[in-house]
Amino acid sequence: MANPRYLGFDTLSLHAGQQPDPTTGARATPIFQTTSFVFRDTDHAASLFNMERAGHVYSRISNPTNAVLEERIAALENGIGAIATASGQAALHLAVSTIAGAGSHVVASRSLYGGSHNLLHYTLKRFGVETTFVDPRSLEGWRAAIRPNTRLLFAETLGNPGLDVLDVPNVAQIAHEAKLPLLVDSTFTTPYLMRPFDLGADLLFHSATKFLGGHGVAIGGVLVDSGAFDWEASGRFPELTEPYEGFHGMDFQEESTVAAFLLRARREGLRDFGACMAPTVAFQILQGVETLALRMQRHVENSRKVVAFLAGHAAVESVNYPELESHPDHALAKKLLPRGCGAVFTFSIKGGRPAGRKFIESLRVFSHLANVGDAKSLVIHPATTTHFRMDDAALAAAGIGPGTIRLSVGLEDPQDLVDDLANALRASQKN
Amino acid sequence: MELSVNGHKAYAYTGGRPFDASLPTVVFIHGAEHDHCVWVLQSRYLAHHGRSVLAVDLPGHGRSEGPAFTSVEAMADWIVALLDAAKAGKAALIGHSMGSLIALECAARNPARVRAIALIGTAFPMRVSDELLDATRDDEPLAQDMVNIWSHSAYAHYPSNPGPGFWVMGENLRLMQRQKPGVMHADFAACNAYANGAAAAARVKCPALLVLGKRDIMTPPRAAKDLMNALPDARKVEIAGSGHALMSEKPDEVLDALAAFV
Repeated sequence: MANPRYLGFDTLSLHAGQQPDPTTGARATPIFQTTSFVFRDTDHAASLFNMERAGHVYSRISNPTNAVLEERIAALENGIGAIATASGQAALHLAVSTIAGAGSHVVASRSLYGGSHNLLHYTLKRFGVETTFVDPRSLEGWRAAIRPNTRLLFAETLGNPGLDVLDVPNVAQIAHEAKLPLLVDSTFTTPYLMRPFDLGADLLFHSATKFLGGHGVAIGGVLVDSGAFDWEASGRFPELTEPYEGFHGMDFQEESTVAAFLLRARREGLRDFGACMAPTVAFQILQGVETLALRMQRHVENSRKVVAFLAGHAAVESVNYPELESHPDHALAKKLLPRGCGAVFTFSIKGGRPAGRKFIESLRVFSHLANVGDAKSLVIHPATTTHFRMDDAALAAAGIGPGTIRLSVGLEDPQDLVDDLANALRASQKN
Repeated sequence: MELSVNGHKAYAYTGGRPFDASLPTVVFIHGAEHDHCVWVLQSRYLAHHGRSVLAVDLPGHGRSEGPAFTSVEAMADWIVALLDAAKAGKAALIGHSMGSLIALECAARNPARVRAIALIGTAFPMRVSDELLDATRDDEPLAQDMVNIWSHSAYAHYPSNPGPGFWVMGENLRLMQRQKPGVMHADFAACNAYANGAAAAARVKCPALLVLGKRDIMTPPRAAKDLMNALPDARKVEIAGSGHALMSEKPDEVLDALAAFV
């Protein structure tokens, strides 16, 4: 037999999880727009409900179109499986709620997307899950924040919006020493730029709305499990290692050595919270995933050109991109993100808030809106939008000043982007 | 369920129901570098359909303690010791790959204890290439990749295993990585060294079922012909579109074949 080789990333992006439809011969992934699936007979029905056979019952729990997306992302991430969710927020909630409940504790980076911060700091606290926020660059901070009731460590691979590069290997080691899993939000990096499981992370999720879809037409999330964390050996996760009355007394870890987390997440979290992805959305996200590698290459190329332009512009105070030597995580980025640091970053404009307002309102190609990872270039002022619930101290801790502007660089002709920015910068400095 | 076999803790998954020795016993025996969870669907189904199930972790694998055995014959004797420990009567043995050789040898040695054997992804001789055998000893990650790639016939599986949304190649790789260092070489060396298959097949008194993947390149259907011919009472099911990882690639088809047989 020839030397074995797995399919490459680009090939998996197109083929993993899907074969031509056996009934119709359709090459593209069909949209299975149905709520429910007919049972062959009563025994088949009972065995599907009791996890004696695999298959689809009801599209809140699973759907064939969603399954293609789930298996494809799992393949790209070197994971064992995934669950598609209604949004990235739903994926984070599903991850936390599967292994944490009232009385549990989470240690999270303080450099988080505002929505994630809200969920942990305000909403989950109301349900008894407490979070300690730490400086993601302080390994000692991570270690010191762990308590006996801590259930997971959580951070973004690239912090939003300051682009703190998470030291995944070392933070994972701290988590594992405490017998805890590390969950990361990989939205900004995608599996093309970083595969966190290969670096030691245990669970990850994406806001699939962003680069995975890439087209800005669909909201969705994906939660992926590496299958590497040993819940039994940890001893901290009775949800996965003891019989669950809510599902036939199933002990998920006995059921599967590697799949306990995803089994419980689907059989409890998706079933009960119900934040599932619509099959049409799964189809739309899949269209994006097919070209993920190509798009990420162009996103990074364009970002480098825009960063170089901004870094040399007189109206720009600073540019915050890990590929620049001035970024505090430059060395770490070279190690963990050799293919590039993505297409979302911030810069500070001279003239503070008024200059920032003029700049944004003068842009013609960049769109002013609350999203990132679109094929089209985007701009926003975090202090008044995505992070507006954070006070000044929390903002400063997350690397956001009043004049900070966040760009998401798209796939346009890079010269058009540079020209647009040049015009807007000129306008911003006029009295 | 935990048992003590030959002084070591032995684990067997019972399919989500307590083991009841008064019901027909079915023992599931996994293959090399695996554990009980490769049988999750088939074992759970049979446990809820009138059988008592013991999906074992062989010694040194999964949750079972003790060193991994180095011969198929020793593993076959361990199965009988496990049946004794569980106070089980005559059992049907279902084995995959290395597990199929264990079932075969066990049936030949213990006709009074075995009422049927199902051999899934089987072959005799089960020769392991020098390249792979060396890798199991010298470079386990490389060997795991070899086995993972050669065991799967496709990059998409319906309805997947244990359910939709699972990437079976990723799961299989992670499951192998969970086994202890050294186990992989012990298992593959045992398969390669097992020489008694033809003689054992001729001695088997009970009915046998062979379940083979038509696209299996690890144990291709042609490599099971001699076994098929040597077994006095054998039937065969070939599953289209499956490689060597039959329970993951075609869980329903494997279950249907087993449910009709044991």
